[in-house]
Amino acid sequence: MRSLDNAPPASAQAGLKDTLQQQNYFPACLCRPEQNMTVQMPNQQGIWIQANVVKKQWLSPDILRLVLEYETKFNFFVGQLINLKRPDGLIRSYSIANIPHHENILEFHIRRLPDGQFSTWAHDELEIGMELTISQAQGSCHYLPGRAEQPLLLAGTGSGLAPLWGIVTDALVKGHSGPIHLFHGSRDPDGLYLRDEMREMAMEFENFRYTPCLSGDTAAADYARGRAYEVALSSAQSLKGWRVYLCGHPEMVKQTRKMVYLKGASMNDIYADAFHVNPAEK
Amino acid sequence: MSATQDTTLNETLFDKIGGAPAVEAAVDIFYRKVLMDYRINRFFENTDMDTQRAKQKAFLTMAFGGPNNYTGTDMRNAHARFIKMGLDDSHFDAVMENLGATLEELDVPQELIAEVAAIAESTRNDVLNR
Repeated sequence: MRSLDNAPPASAQAGLKDTLQQQNYFPACLCRPEQNMTVQMPNQQGIWIQANVVKKQWLSPDILRLVLEYETKFNFFVGQLINLKRPDGLIRSYSIANIPHHENILEFHIRRLPDGQFSTWAHDELEIGMELTISQAQGSCHYLPGRAEQPLLLAGTGSGLAPLWGIVTDALVKGHSGPIHLFHGSRDPDGLYLRDEMREMAMEFENFRYTPCLSGDTAAADYARGRAYEVALSSAQSLKGWRVYLCGHPEMVKQTRKMVYLKGASMNDIYADAFHVNPAEK
Repeated sequence: MSATQDTTLNETLFDKIGGAPAVEAAVDIFYRKVLMDYRINRFFENTDMDTQRAKQKAFLTMAFGGPNNYTGTDMRNAHARFIKMGLDDSHFDAVMENLGATLEELDVPQELIAEVAAIAESTRNDVLNR
């Protein structure tokens, strides 16, 4: 269960992942409440929030930066997921790419998928000023302050950059002092969107390093050759003590999570978000 | 992690080892050893890591003398399909070896390791469905 207001007793959260503790989740069977709590079942759909499209920008030929302004204030962490609902009811989840902002703004990176009902609509038909409904934020793949010296490794493919870039920004803003290594992968250079921004960030912050990786046939200077996850895994002898974030293709995330763990990272320090693609309906 | 000098007589094995935090520390090391052990890792190929880790936590809590609801039935059911894959004493021995190595890595005193091993050993017949 999850408390929507007061925190559950610490004893009821023992052994739970830190990001879930932070969001006031707890197993009901362990909880002896010490104060009133308004509770919700996990993954229960809470209230829907109205939002307007305020910006559409193409970051690459098939990646759209969609910026929404929402009406009711709510709490979220960059990297969490939000369900976007089209007026006809079609729902898809996307990761939040921006840190909470006083202007009630949310940013998403939407990749155009072949036959993707929602993504095609968002790219081609959704217009500035149009209204969408959005869910509250869900998911445990996000940054938490504390252990600021811990080295961070982040690896992702395609629009998996959205949450990872957000998490890096969040960590830097919150004063993370340990090394932060981001590996972003794509088949071709077009898919490595925001690379100038990443490189600028790497110039500005001494502890941030960005490695764009190309897995296709194109050989280019300034890019690592191979899949982002493989390049990331081979970058360190041991990942003991590292905090790791993985976002992208489900099978890749699953395999890499195991490899990262076998290389020494603690399971509690691995945060993963697999991007499941809904099968096309015709 | 290790037992303190002034352990009292009524302190349980679970307390002496370090309780829930000790289980938390041990499960990470133990599960990694199991996955890397070529003798047994094929039995873990297709398992979900979170589910498996939760099960190993329950097992280690029991083996450390902690609170548990162990009846043996779950252990039998969970391993039934592995018996068909050839699970036998040699694999159980390998797990016991990994358990011992985990506790040594955490500097648990030998006499406590022996107590844990005895409890873990008591599940052998359930695991192997005998």
